[in-house]
Amino acid sequence: MKLRRLAISEEGFIFDPETGNSYTVNETGLFILEKLRQDLSPEEIARLLSQEYEVSPEEARRDLEDFLEVLTRYGLWKEPR
Amino acid sequence: MKKPYQKPSIIKLQVGLLRDKKSGLLRMVRREIDGVPVKDLVRRFGSPLFVFSEKRLRDQFRYLRRLFESHYPRVELSWSYKTNYLDAICRIFHQEGASAEVVSDFEYHKARRLGVPGENIIFNGPYKPREILKQAVLEGARINVDSLDEILDLEEIARETGQKIRIGLRINMDTGIYPRWDRFGFNLESGEVLSVARRIAAGDRLEVAGLHCHQGTFILDPEAYARAAEKLLRLTRKLEEEFGWNIEYLDLGGGFPSRSRPKGLYLPPEVGIPPLSEYAERIARSLLLGTMARDYPLLILEIGRALVDEAGFLITTVRSAKRLADGRRAYVLDAGVNLLFTAFWYHFRIEIERELPGPPEPCILYGPLCMNIDVVEENAWLPPLPRGTHLILSPVGAYNLTQWMQFITYRPRVVLIGESGQVEVIREAETLEDVVHRERIPEHLR
Repeated sequence: MKLRRLAISEEGFIFDPETGNSYTVNETGLFILEKLRQDLSPEEIARLLSQEYEVSPEEARRDLEDFLEVLTRYGLWKEPR
Repeated sequence: MKKPYQKPSIIKLQVGLLRDKKSGLLRMVRREIDGVPVKDLVRRFGSPLFVFSEKRLRDQFRYLRRLFESHYPRVELSWSYKTNYLDAICRIFHQEGASAEVVSDFEYHKARRLGVPGENIIFNGPYKPREILKQAVLEGARINVDSLDEILDLEEIARETGQKIRIGLRINMDTGIYPRWDRFGFNLESGEVLSVARRIAAGDRLEVAGLHCHQGTFILDPEAYARAAEKLLRLTRKLEEEFGWNIEYLDLGGGFPSRSRPKGLYLPPEVGIPPLSEYAERIARSLLLGTMARDYPLLILEIGRALVDEAGFLITTVRSAKRLADGRRAYVLDAGVNLLFTAFWYHFRIEIERELPGPPEPCILYGPLCMNIDVVEENAWLPPLPRGTHLILSPVGAYNLTQWMQFITYRPRVVLIGESGQVEVIREAETLEDVVHRERIPEHLR
């Protein structure tokens, strides 16, 4: 899984050793990436987000979808079959 | 206790973009205006600061005059005062040979004060107070009539002065553009123009000597001007045949675009905005094809934005940086929509005084007003800006210095960089005294 090969710093700096691309994520983005690396499902991650942060489960789910879409476009994540 | 939430975001870093000397992003840097370093301008005159280039003003006027004259033999360029009526700016255009196009008593007074003779003034506008109208008649200004009530006023003035007054008729019509400005003048398609003409002929105090139209602003279709010219030529023949008048001029108004980027136009201005040469060509073609060679009517163009916009810059300074709740960067500048009225409709070119390290990132530029609407640019891409960085916004020469407001804070200096590089103040910064000197405190409040 590509996500596991990324170098991710605590501050949210991400380096992709395969392509040389780098990225920055904010706190919640980093939270999501860590959970994805632990193989949690999007449903579980959205639930954890709304437990940890001041956000409704619905909004968390929507924002997560949006975030996953961006990850997919950058080639960092693929929806598991 | 839950943590405050920020929407998750991931941004791909464009490392090295600014270091690439061939990169288009280098265009974001402007160290000087007409050879005068931006830093020096701020040190001498403060920030924010409006800066005008005399060279650009003169070059653009000469270019437009030669452009239109190379397509059509009889052209008069009239400087549209409302676009920017600072004395020094008007002087430059009058020196170059522009007449004055004014739309109010104030603008008429300003043109006369600058020494423009009445016969070099074009008087437009939907409300011309009786007193100034009479002065304009006596001084021989070209008056383009907007309504039947104005015709009645002029007939009365003609009786008082015992002269026959030559007027222009302001016409509105369908030239295929939207929105259609039908609030000014008399409508062509409905037949209103002809019934007004009959009324004028019957009164026998006035004589129609010109036709005028003004289709709108920032018109992106050169063909609209060609259609207007054709329709006015047909109307000319009809009026001349039916009433025996001699229509000497066709005034196609203004509305020519500058290289500014209106919101909603997604192409860069170099691609999305037709060059002015196309307008000249289409207009001239209609006129040349529709006229007998001996009686070419005088073509009048009232140019404002296309002359002055690109000669004006605003230098502003980053006064604080912040992060918005959504993670975006925002900066507070010392110039806001109080100075940049056109920020509501146009995106400015944003340049930095020097190269700055770091990847460009999306950010919002706010003005200094304590108002939510004070947004200079809602989506700029700039490297992280240290406090105190100067930004140069352009083009800002059109309408900002006439529509700016004294609101919350003072209005800054305006300087002109002369052709030999000297910098002169053409409008001093506002002071508290300027703002309060017309106020009166009633006795019981003292």
